[in-house]
Amino acid sequence: MFKRLGDTGTAVTLEVDGQPIRARTGDTVAAAMLAAGLDHCRTTPVTGAPRAPYCLMGVCFDCLVTIDGVGSRQGCLVPVREGMTVETQLGKREAGR
Amino acid sequence: MNAADLAPSYDLVVIGGGPAGLAAAALAARAGVQTVLFDENPDVGGQIYRGITGTAVGDRAILGDDYWAGAALVTEVKASGATIVNGATVWSLDPTLLVGVSIAGQARLLQAKRVIVATGSLERPFPVAGWTLPGVMTAGAAQTALKAQGLVPSGRTVMAGAGPLLWLLAAQLLRAGARIEAILDTAPRVNWLRAAMHLPDFALSPYWSKGLALLREVKAKVPIIRVGSVAAEGKDKLAEVVFGTSAGERRMKADLLLLHQGVVPNVNLALAAGVSHRWNARQLCFEPVVDEDFATSVPGIAVAGDGAGIAGGTAAAERGRIAAIAAVRALEPGAPLPPVQAIRQKLAREETGRAFLDMLYQPAPEFRRPVGDTIVCRCEEVTAKQVRDTADLGCEGPNQMKAFLRCGMGPCQGRLCGLTVTELIAEQRKSTPAEVGYYRLRPPVKPITLAELASLPISESERKAVER
Repeated sequence: MFKRLGDTGTAVTLEVDGQPIRARTGDTVAAAMLAAGLDHCRTTPVTGAPRAPYCLMGVCFDCLVTIDGVGSRQGCLVPVREGMTVETQLGKREAGR
Repeated sequence: MNAADLAPSYDLVVIGGGPAGLAAAALAARAGVQTVLFDENPDVGGQIYRGITGTAVGDRAILGDDYWAGAALVTEVKASGATIVNGATVWSLDPTLLVGVSIAGQARLLQAKRVIVATGSLERPFPVAGWTLPGVMTAGAAQTALKAQGLVPSGRTVMAGAGPLLWLLAAQLLRAGARIEAILDTAPRVNWLRAAMHLPDFALSPYWSKGLALLREVKAKVPIIRVGSVAAEGKDKLAEVVFGTSAGERRMKADLLLLHQGVVPNVNLALAAGVSHRWNARQLCFEPVVDEDFATSVPGIAVAGDGAGIAGGTAAAERGRIAAIAAVRALEPGAPLPPVQAIRQKLAREETGRAFLDMLYQPAPEFRRPVGDTIVCRCEEVTAKQVRDTADLGCEGPNQMKAFLRCGMGPCQGRLCGLTVTELIAEQRKSTPAEVGYYRLRPPVKPITLAELASLPISESERKAVER
């Protein structure tokens, strides 16, 4: 869906659902996920529908992800860091998670 | 800066690091007022100057001169002595000017003597069928990805909507090498009739020639299709855009659909602080009631920039300066200040012609008041039919609607559905948005964790009050 105009910053690797993805410093988590071509970042609590970043400015909350173990972080507001662990969120209640 | 490094009180707290906030903080700090600016993004600039200190877009022609003008504001604020804190989320502001802020998971409550809310605008909800599908984003989102990370759409891209930002983004994407399959123009033709009376004013504004050049640039490269309906279709992500033209329904395969129908004030923080708001019938949104210094109904709180009604980025900076001058006069009488009259004149020039843009790009009713299964509240997945039916049952306003349907009660706190719900209720009940009103907003206006709340420092007396 998106390509990079050029490589700025330095390379950073983060883990999304156990898979390494390459990002650049200056990326937010949501931008890194878009650049990596990931389909969605969470599913909704009501119908379980997939959602991807929508506004990228901190108002829509569609990019909520778990970052380093803390759930429901706004991916578009958190800068990437080397070794960061990101998990997509399942919106419907999951027993035991 | 960490939360622990913050002072327990500040003379002036500026919330938001866009043009209004940057200009306000710079002017106040230079006049000797102890000033802190909180912004929740990784860097200053707000949305209009997003990435201004380190954008990945090297070719200056892509984003254009108006973008790069923002660099002067950043230089100004950095030299001013204001404390600037990025990654700082303000989640509370009350009428006693107590400011709740979180930085890297640590929260603090700070006492301010004056507050300038410069939380700017957000894109008007664009509730069309399928707007929640991955692959559908706002035009502003694509612009943010371009400015901040140098990301350019690479697949089949369709844009839809109306408003200056849509055309600006199209031009920027084209200059950055993107291909745009089509722009679906949703501005009703009849808007021209209503806008025409404001044309003489607009012709005098700097946006007249800039706007025409932009339209020419885009129209030379992209087919523009006038549409009366837009829908996104696909199973788990966008596959096709379906739209109604005068020649019937058409379909277009697409990987990315960018929606935009103007911007509206981001009212959440000001509303939660108890600031009086009113309906703006021309801009079709709620805005705070402010005086000529942008002071609100709550003593000590001003709202500057697009948050006080949409006027654009350069006007926002002038509004920030005017609000800051009022704050300095109250806090440090006698401090040297720039002449406010000259700033008011600049602001008046910037606002000239705004009425023309407002009327020309006023979104059609069918794009503001959806029907059927189209989702209105994205968070709680509440449909237009549900809201309309509940209004018909006798539900009189958005706050009662929450109790029935949970609309506006998800994490976005009504930012993406508030105006739609108000307008739908008004339509069903043959009332007006001004009568119906808006969601009642309360702090925290951004979600915070219990751990953040628990990180607030507590005094011995506070501890004794609850411990046995």
